[in-house]
Amino acid sequence: MTNILELKGVSKGYGENQHRSEVLHDVNLTIRDGEFIAIVGFSGSGKTTLISLLAGLLLSDTGSVTMRGNTITGPGPERGVVFQNYSLLPWLTAFQNVKLAVDSVFPLWSSAQRKEHVEKYMNMVSLGHAMHKRPGELSGGMRQRVSVARALAMSPQILLLDEPLSALDALTRGTLQSEIARIWEQDKKTVVLITNDVDEAILLADRIIPLRPGPRATLGPEFAVNLARPRDRKELNHNEEFKRIRNTVTKYLLDAAATQKSAAPVAREIRLPDVKPIDLRLTTA
Amino acid sequence: MSAKQTLVKAINAAGLPAFEPVVKLAFMDEPRVQMRKIGLYIGVPILAFGLFLALWGAVAKSVVTKYGTLPTPGEVWHEASNLYTAHNLAREEERKYYVELAEKTAKQKTEASELRVKAATAATPEEKTAIEKRAARLEGLVEKAALKKYSGSPTYLDQIFTSLKTVFTGFLIASAIAVPLGIVCGLSKTFMAAVTPMIQIFKPVSPLAWLPIVMIIVGAMYTTDPSVAWFEKSFLTSAITVALCSLWPTLINTALGVSSIDKDFLNVARVLKLGWFEKVWRIVIPASLPLIFTGLRLSLSVGWMVLIAAEMLAQNPGLGKFVWDMFQNGSSQTLSQIMVAVFTIGIIGFMLDRIMIVFQKAVSFEAVVA
Repeated sequence: MTNILELKGVSKGYGENQHRSEVLHDVNLTIRDGEFIAIVGFSGSGKTTLISLLAGLLLSDTGSVTMRGNTITGPGPERGVVFQNYSLLPWLTAFQNVKLAVDSVFPLWSSAQRKEHVEKYMNMVSLGHAMHKRPGELSGGMRQRVSVARALAMSPQILLLDEPLSALDALTRGTLQSEIARIWEQDKKTVVLITNDVDEAILLADRIIPLRPGPRATLGPEFAVNLARPRDRKELNHNEEFKRIRNTVTKYLLDAAATQKSAAPVAREIRLPDVKPIDLRLTTA
Repeated sequence: MSAKQTLVKAINAAGLPAFEPVVKLAFMDEPRVQMRKIGLYIGVPILAFGLFLALWGAVAKSVVTKYGTLPTPGEVWHEASNLYTAHNLAREEERKYYVELAEKTAKQKTEASELRVKAATAATPEEKTAIEKRAARLEGLVEKAALKKYSGSPTYLDQIFTSLKTVFTGFLIASAIAVPLGIVCGLSKTFMAAVTPMIQIFKPVSPLAWLPIVMIIVGAMYTTDPSVAWFEKSFLTSAITVALCSLWPTLINTALGVSSIDKDFLNVARVLKLGWFEKVWRIVIPASLPLIFTGLRLSLSVGWMVLIAAEMLAQNPGLGKFVWDMFQNGSSQTLSQIMVAVFTIGIIGFMLDRIMIVFQKAVSFEAVVA
């Protein structure tokens, strides 16, 4: 398999000089064509920064981010992003939201061709019936499906999912996980999933890479998931291999968090202003 | 969707939520709750207004001015119907004038054609030329009559119409300037920094200060022959003054709307690699429409307020001039006539605001996003 995306010694921070805080430090990652990888980490560990780098929405301070050998200089439709908060345009219907993407990515197609393309992906995410509703009239799960359909309809070479399911309730989450697995089985597109849910990562991914908590977050050793597909979440609960991976990954993340905490410099002491009201008197009635 | 839901939706879209309980009551949906709501949102306001009128009526007679006592609500109402009657009379006059004119020209026309026939059978060439001359004179009169316009003084309703026309023209000029400028301001921090001082300085300027400048400039620049001009000078002066004073709310709100667009929407534009124009047209403008319309709504109400002052000072036709003329007349009806104008201005202002609310609701998507 060829490599599609490559990160070498990437770091990214905000601020300058002594105010600079490095979010990601020395991140190395190779993503191969057609694989489903999951990056798991705690909230605030720099996951969104990482996916923004992959998408090209942010540029790295040091190191290189390359796609098929070419340095990424900005976002583009060859890397479809599904944002955590859906990012649907609320004044357009679900259909129009997807169509906007199709129109701008395939300007040379005929309008009938584009319409058909949009409908294909709306049906793929099982939203054929709700195509002409606006995001405000859809549930959270349905909105995220529209967002997935929009990303897929751009026919990207790689799909970047930024905690796509974290805003959803547990039941909807489960359904959408199966749906993502089903869609991925269909065309085996390269997918990078960012998540804070270890179970979700094991259910979907070929490889799990933990993100050690920030600041100066970096990627840990990868854990291969060699469970046969399609994976059934009910059966997985009794699968020994599933349990083993879950325990290892969870333990790794917890240990990493613990060392991070002890290694982190003591948080700045907060000095409270030394004030007291000058006219405060205790009086007896 | 049931008829009830459709009606309720329509009422809310029309910006008249006070009538929602009436519809629900008609469908017997929780009648007790609806009755209470009707009492609160329709009953109480009507009662309060009645109280206000009663108070006014009670106090009016004790305020004595050189034009007599302050008119009571009844007198004002009477004056309003007088003005309406006067309008109808003037229209009747106008109609009569045109009927008479038409009759006269018809007569002249037949006379002229008779003369032409006569001329053809004239005995001598001298006689023929004389007759033809007469015919030509009559035909000339007929031609002139077609261009004749009734020249009665404008009625109260004419003044209202003129004011509305002026305010909308001014409002359109203001919007055409403020919306694009606001979009550029919102998109470019540099541009915003450049124009902010100017906005801050010109925004608080009263229409009364702009007016003389506008009058002088329009007077100098607008030199089109009045017989072919599209607008009168006075109309243009008022409209431009309205525009100058009312463009600020739209400008500021548009800039705010554009600069505060959800970053996610712009990320979508970046991922899709939309061009600058496409980004503005498909993402920036729709996303900031609710705030743009908030600005437009404020602008229209400012414009309406400014217009009355401008018309009054500049002696431009319209409601402002009406008020000023009545003030100058100084008759016993002066006060009631001005009060009719006050209520007219208020009610029209209120209606303009309602119309803008309807537009604002139509373009806002925030309400539906959970």
